[in-house]
Amino acid sequence: MKNARVISMITLTLIAVLSDSKPTLAKRHKAPPDPDLIYAELTKAPAKDVARQNPLESDPEAIPAGDKLFQMHCAECHGEMAEGGKKAPSLLVDEVQKSTPGTLFWLLTNGVVRRGMPVWSKLPDSQRWQLVSYLKSLSGPPKPTPDQGDTKH
Amino acid sequence: MMKNYKMRLSRKYRFLFAPLVIMVSLIAHAQESPYIVTYDHYLEEPGNLEVEYFSTFGTQRAGNDFHAFWSEFEYGATAWWTTEFYLDGQSTFNQSTLFTGFRWENRFRLLQREHFMNPVLYIEYEQTSGADKILKEVEGHDVESDYATPNSIARQEHDHELESKLLLSRNFHGWNFAENTLATKNLTGGNPWEFGYALGASRPLALKASAHHCNFCPENFIAGVEMYGGLGDRNSFGLHDTSHYLAPVLAWNLPNDWTIRLSPGFGLNDNSHQFLLRWGLSREFSGFGEAISHLFGGRR
Repeated sequence: MKNARVISMITLTLIAVLSDSKPTLAKRHKAPPDPDLIYAELTKAPAKDVARQNPLESDPEAIPAGDKLFQMHCAECHGEMAEGGKKAPSLLVDEVQKSTPGTLFWLLTNGVVRRGMPVWSKLPDSQRWQLVSYLKSLSGPPKPTPDQGDTKH
Repeated sequence: MMKNYKMRLSRKYRFLFAPLVIMVSLIAHAQESPYIVTYDHYLEEPGNLEVEYFSTFGTQRAGNDFHAFWSEFEYGATAWWTTEFYLDGQSTFNQSTLFTGFRWENRFRLLQREHFMNPVLYIEYEQTSGADKILKEVEGHDVESDYATPNSIARQEHDHELESKLLLSRNFHGWNFAENTLATKNLTGGNPWEFGYALGASRPLALKASAHHCNFCPENFIAGVEMYGGLGDRNSFGLHDTSHYLAPVLAWNLPNDWTIRLSPGFGLNDNSHQFLLRWGLSREFSGFGEAISHLFGGRR
């Protein structure tokens, strides 16, 4: 009986967590995060981080590699073309594109945990710089097209 | 009548197959750590579900070797809270195969940003039988001889445990270093708090990503080592009558969304199992929470 109560409690909690936008459980509608609040995080980067240079800036592989990483880890929320989605804002706007590489690296490293963006420091520094290279390329001249279909074994 | 029956049948199948369809369509790319016992400070991405299967083969002196296994369902409730449900089982050679209990774990990220050291609070409730052998953690005075009890006797013992851990972890020059301290209280009987530890270090084989999709690129492999063991209990804290293990670990993060982990573990003293071979298979599904909400009538 006691076991049944514990199992019921856990099951109900899991259901509530998994379906927290179900109207009968919670009337509220989850609004997408306010982009301005997220872009505002970019202004919080410390000066020494803002000033950091991208060590892979002249690496021709950095943009296609960053593109691959973006599709793997970021496109799910930010959209395949970084145009923004229901869960995360566009990365094509001036707030992002005019940020320094160091600022973008800082944001990727620290995330915006309160607003749902995880920290991405689990990707090594080089991969985060590759992502920064890709993000900065979105506002520049046409980027080199990665050979998406080529699979090396 | 027939139409109603078909509709009912159609609804029934929709309900049965919907989770499968959702899972196939929600594949996410994982970058998983190689640890089996140690936790780093990274939580599941919000709304994602990771389904994992782990297996442990263990040698047993003065008893039969065993194969213990567990399934994990890990869900990112928010960017700072991950909740996880485990189902445990084991098969002792020449004895029997048993379901040995369940665990419900929660991890909370305590700081918003990355720091020199990043703390995560871990709280778990577990309800297992004395026959549980998954060795997901080693605590107190856990020793090899505890696992020699035949299943028919061990299964009669029922444990309700509350387990807390402080997970500390940091990344440095591509390496991850993690330290976990655990305190466990068996809520049945007057058992004292028991303590244990886990340490881990790991690094991808390459730090830069290649520009092409590939299965065998070195950045897809993360190698490392972990060490874990008991630290006694409140009445007798220390290393006497405790067991300890050292285990190389390897994770292969496949671009097709699977992660495979392998870890041969070696007992470091006479109280430890001589050899533990662990492996695991996991797959991550993105936007699972949103899809389930939608299935139950929530808005997308």
